[in-house]
Amino acid sequence: MSHAETPAGLVGRPLPHESARLHVSGRASYIDDLPEPAGTLHAAPGLSGIARGRIRRLDLSAVRAHPGVRCVITAADIPGENNCGPILHDDPIIAGDEIQFHGQVIFAVAADTRDAARQAVRLAKVEYDVATPILDMDAAIAAESWVLPPFAMQRGEVDAAFAGAPHRLAGRAVLGGQEHFYLEGQISFAQPRDDDSLHLLCSTQHPTEMQQLVAHALGWRSHQVSVECRRMGGGFGGKESQSAQWACLAAILAVNTGKPVKMRLDRDDDMVATGKRHGFQYAWESAFDDRGRLLGLKLEMASNCGFSADLSGPVNDRTICHIDNAYYLDALALKSLRCKTNTVSNTAFRGFGGPQGMFVIENVLDDIARHLGCDPLAVRRANFYDVEPGARSTTPYGMVVTDNVAPALVAELAADCDYAARRAAIAEFNATSPVLKRGIALTPVKFGISFNATHYNQAGALVHVYTDGTVLVSHGGTEMGQGLYTKIRQIVADEFGLPFADVRLASTDTSRVANTSATAASSGTDLNGKAAQNACRNIKARLAAFIGELSTLTVDPEKVEFSGGQVRAGAFAMPFGELAMAAYRARIQLWDAGFYKTPKIHFDPVSKLGRPFFYFAYGAACCEVAIDTLTGESRVLRADLLHDAGRSINPALDIGQVEGGFIQGMGWLTSEELWWRPDGKLMSHAPSTYKIPTASDLPAIFNVRLYANANAEDSIHRSKAVGEPPFMLALAVFQALRDAVGAALPAGRPVRLDAPATPEAILRALNPGEAA
Amino acid sequence: MSERPIQFYFRGEIHAVQGAAPTRTLLQYLREDLHQTGTKEGCAEGDCGACTVVVGELAGEPGREELRLRAVNACIQFLPALDGKALFTVEDLAPAAADLHPVQQALVDRHGSQCGFCTPGFAMSLFALYENRDSCPPRDEIDHTLSGNLCRCTGYRPIVDAARDAYALPRRPLDRQPVIAALRQLAALPPLDYVADGRRSHSPRTLAELAALRLRLPEARLVAGGTDVGLWVTKQGRDLGELILLGAVDELKRIRVGDGQLEIGAGVTLTDAFAALTAFEPQWAELARRFASTPVKNAGTLGGNVANGSPIGDSMPALIALGATIVLQRGETTRTLALEDFYLDYQKTALQPGEFVRALRLDAPPAPLVRHFRAWKVAKRLDQDISAVAAGFAVHLDADQVVRRARLAFGGMAATPKRAAAAEAALLGRPWSPATIRLGMAALREDYAPFTDVRASSAYRLSVAANLLQRFWLETAPAGASTVTPLRLAELAPIDPEARQ
Repeated sequence: MSHAETPAGLVGRPLPHESARLHVSGRASYIDDLPEPAGTLHAAPGLSGIARGRIRRLDLSAVRAHPGVRCVITAADIPGENNCGPILHDDPIIAGDEIQFHGQVIFAVAADTRDAARQAVRLAKVEYDVATPILDMDAAIAAESWVLPPFAMQRGEVDAAFAGAPHRLAGRAVLGGQEHFYLEGQISFAQPRDDDSLHLLCSTQHPTEMQQLVAHALGWRSHQVSVECRRMGGGFGGKESQSAQWACLAAILAVNTGKPVKMRLDRDDDMVATGKRHGFQYAWESAFDDRGRLLGLKLEMASNCGFSADLSGPVNDRTICHIDNAYYLDALALKSLRCKTNTVSNTAFRGFGGPQGMFVIENVLDDIARHLGCDPLAVRRANFYDVEPGARSTTPYGMVVTDNVAPALVAELAADCDYAARRAAIAEFNATSPVLKRGIALTPVKFGISFNATHYNQAGALVHVYTDGTVLVSHGGTEMGQGLYTKIRQIVADEFGLPFADVRLASTDTSRVANTSATAASSGTDLNGKAAQNACRNIKARLAAFIGELSTLTVDPEKVEFSGGQVRAGAFAMPFGELAMAAYRARIQLWDAGFYKTPKIHFDPVSKLGRPFFYFAYGAACCEVAIDTLTGESRVLRADLLHDAGRSINPALDIGQVEGGFIQGMGWLTSEELWWRPDGKLMSHAPSTYKIPTASDLPAIFNVRLYANANAEDSIHRSKAVGEPPFMLALAVFQALRDAVGAALPAGRPVRLDAPATPEAILRALNPGEAA
Repeated sequence: MSERPIQFYFRGEIHAVQGAAPTRTLLQYLREDLHQTGTKEGCAEGDCGACTVVVGELAGEPGREELRLRAVNACIQFLPALDGKALFTVEDLAPAAADLHPVQQALVDRHGSQCGFCTPGFAMSLFALYENRDSCPPRDEIDHTLSGNLCRCTGYRPIVDAARDAYALPRRPLDRQPVIAALRQLAALPPLDYVADGRRSHSPRTLAELAALRLRLPEARLVAGGTDVGLWVTKQGRDLGELILLGAVDELKRIRVGDGQLEIGAGVTLTDAFAALTAFEPQWAELARRFASTPVKNAGTLGGNVANGSPIGDSMPALIALGATIVLQRGETTRTLALEDFYLDYQKTALQPGEFVRALRLDAPPAPLVRHFRAWKVAKRLDQDISAVAAGFAVHLDADQVVRRARLAFGGMAATPKRAAAAEAALLGRPWSPATIRLGMAALREDYAPFTDVRASSAYRLSVAANLLQRFWLETAPAGASTVTPLRLAELAPIDPEARQ
């Protein structure tokens, strides 16, 4: 790890995760670990056994009669609105008569024990009128089945570009979805309180939205419901919108019974009944010049949204905003189809549609390179945005790229990892190795930071300084392992010049900080860090003014220093704790709220034009793979990653995001395959059948560095968001696999490889035209 | 046998369990009954490792026993299986948060936790490794140790690094003597006959007891490691009725080597069975490495894998290829069957009422012939995946390189593990050559019409089955007949600890 500057305070230091000691010793409490109040009931959902149709008869008598069962609810028992959809109200908490996917909730049970609840739901007798489900995008397109209307746009002179181009190529690809596989499954614990109020302990990335949806479901108002989350056992987007349904069910059961109700999904139910990353399919035509520079691109892409809209609108918008990746697209004709199918509703997942956009352009450029017989890296470089804003700097969504470090970052990585020499060595190896083939690829990442929906780009924080000088911080962000709480502690401790231990974070709670945005879009530290900093600065300003009153010296409030546990101003010095007590006695407000909204951004969701992003995060990866042409199995032999986290607040945590994101992306593109039976039942519904990477999949050689590059924009300490961007570094794995497949095919033969590149997909790509 | 509580060593004393149903899992008991919540539930099917605990048993000669510590999945261990053993959970590693065990301290120092939910399980797998190896093992062994632990946040690098770093910290071995003393005390208890919640489980200690019980209770459910049966409860909510647990029968845990024969008792864990098989025939190594995960291999038995008759049980094709026989016992009578004859139909075996699997036997190849043997599995993931296709091949060649015997068996290709009769016939009597292999490859289409499922399509399975025969030829071709190298991905992915720094 290299980091350009040695920090003076805590910001910039590779501190361990603030809960690390709790994690490793089993002392970190997740929702299911909390002591249960007497009388706690346990809930389980009853799921549909068909993908599409109507319930003709739902006989729950045996369910109700099962020992220990206290309450059974159906759609008719929802007192308020039967919806948990975040944007459109098309997502029933419990399906009424109409079934829209296999595994949809049709009733729910609360019982004395979890075992009793789970056994009871198995006793339901359901008769269905079965309809033919729409299970894939082709069927949805044929039926014009959409969750949202198709969107088309054109930038530049596309027809002219194609007419004048020396070369054209057409291509297709299919890209699978991805299960989040957070290790802690969905869980909500609803605790009724007096005067018609309810407190929810939840594993959620979006407490405020959950608060609102629960209130609506109960027919209540927001101030009756509070939602609290101390930490999640992983989120990755899967607990953004889709944690709410389980909270709504627990809340309804809790209000119905007057008892605390915990709903913890079994892993199989979780995987069947909650949404995933959107799968996509693409058809494109490219026009390009002799060195592979794109002159025009026509692209039709479809996404599998599942049965409801959920976040599919913004996800697909982000896809549109990332088909350029780091490349200038002069002329673009684009069609985006948002397919409605009878599968679970797909949702946010790290990258939020961005990976699906970047996936296709990397394939487009790789095809061009193979067609021209060029090095794919040379073709990629030829298409980069200008470094200095110029003729090739405007994105298809109208934003000018002003902070482009992709060319320099890629050059640094290519040199560091010896790309050119290794590419030559691999070609030599492949010439004499008929069974095993190797491949290499180096791909860039440029990822836009900010929510596309401008209004989400705000945050609040509440900072309490106690009279002994310790500090408690609340903010709107949630901790899912990414280290947000650690970074906020570093930021706040540095503001007050205190040791790390003197600052603590309270759990995230809608009753302390209101109207929070989802902890998503990599924005947690950018937004909440600034909000917390602003709160600290309000308090510091008051303390500085107070020092002026205390001291006989004239104190310039701008020159008061908070460091080393002391507050100093010229000749004045006092330990922070003493100053806090003195200020309290002088009736100075020692707590304050802070607010932040991201400047400079705007985006028109209709025209898809504007400046949706405050800045871009960059990165690049070079991956070397090998494939076995007899079985289609593959390995990543080496990966070199270089990633731009700006001026890192915590390099250790940022490296963790880079490595973890990369491996998760590698899983998405290689071993993680979602597979539905012809009747619409998801069969990859547990870790036995859905294969995320294990330790053995870690490349034997894995070099990871941060790229020294202070954010050009005034972000918190000039850092850059790092949650999502590294996920897309894994596109290099897929491109390297294409390279290896290409090496096994006759020279110049196009490569058609679908993702995930399972052994079967690779063998199919090696034998185009054959059944397998 | 006598009715008594389940008793095991836990938190420094002998812990007694009464009232919990025999199929209550150790994880449920820890979390819900004892409120020891450091051990997590991630999947309740033994595939994610969040629930990893370490179980200690006495092993070795009576009077000179040593404590054997192994990581297992608490989520699919039934409570009676703990009887007579020692249990360690993450709470045992660091009695105080300020005083972490070296594997925990290394995890902190290397930033090995992010969300932290999987972390206690990793700590326990690393603790087992730390206790079983005095010095840092090579990377592949660390990977194998972690093969049953999923982490979705870190990408594993810091965890692998922590496994190594733990050895650089001051050594802190478990004080084994009190554990051994307690286990000896437990061994003196009568065999467990456990009744709770209207259900009964028996844990016989001797083969004779087992045989008698089995005759008396032919409908009772036999449970060996529970790595499959556990899921019938956690995932299907099945009522298993009366249980006979095999884990306490020492005679089933014996491995006998001699006279060119290997006999593996039905109660031998997969970990120990694969070690014996690989010693007997080194070509088992790759399959042994990829089979399941370390915690599943520590709990599961080869006898159980063979007896449950899954069409994709990965051990059977290789065993069948080597001509393994299965020893069945009913009362005091034993019989042997060729393993392939044990499988009648989908999840249907030749076991008679009152009969149980006692052992598996392998014989060394007949001396005048040269034997080639390979065993492979093909799956979406390197570790801990159920195969799309599993294969075991053995051919015997005479001095003229003519195939005199051929046993080709596959899993994943039919409703049971099954020999490829047509392909074998295509090879027999022909010279060991590319032309012969091509005949065998083509004949596979007569042998199998495989299914399409979540793991692979029918077409893929057929292609790969044929291609594995091709690889078999390439790897065993007489010198000069084939110069194709390398042939295995493992050869290209050297696990070199130095290279990773």
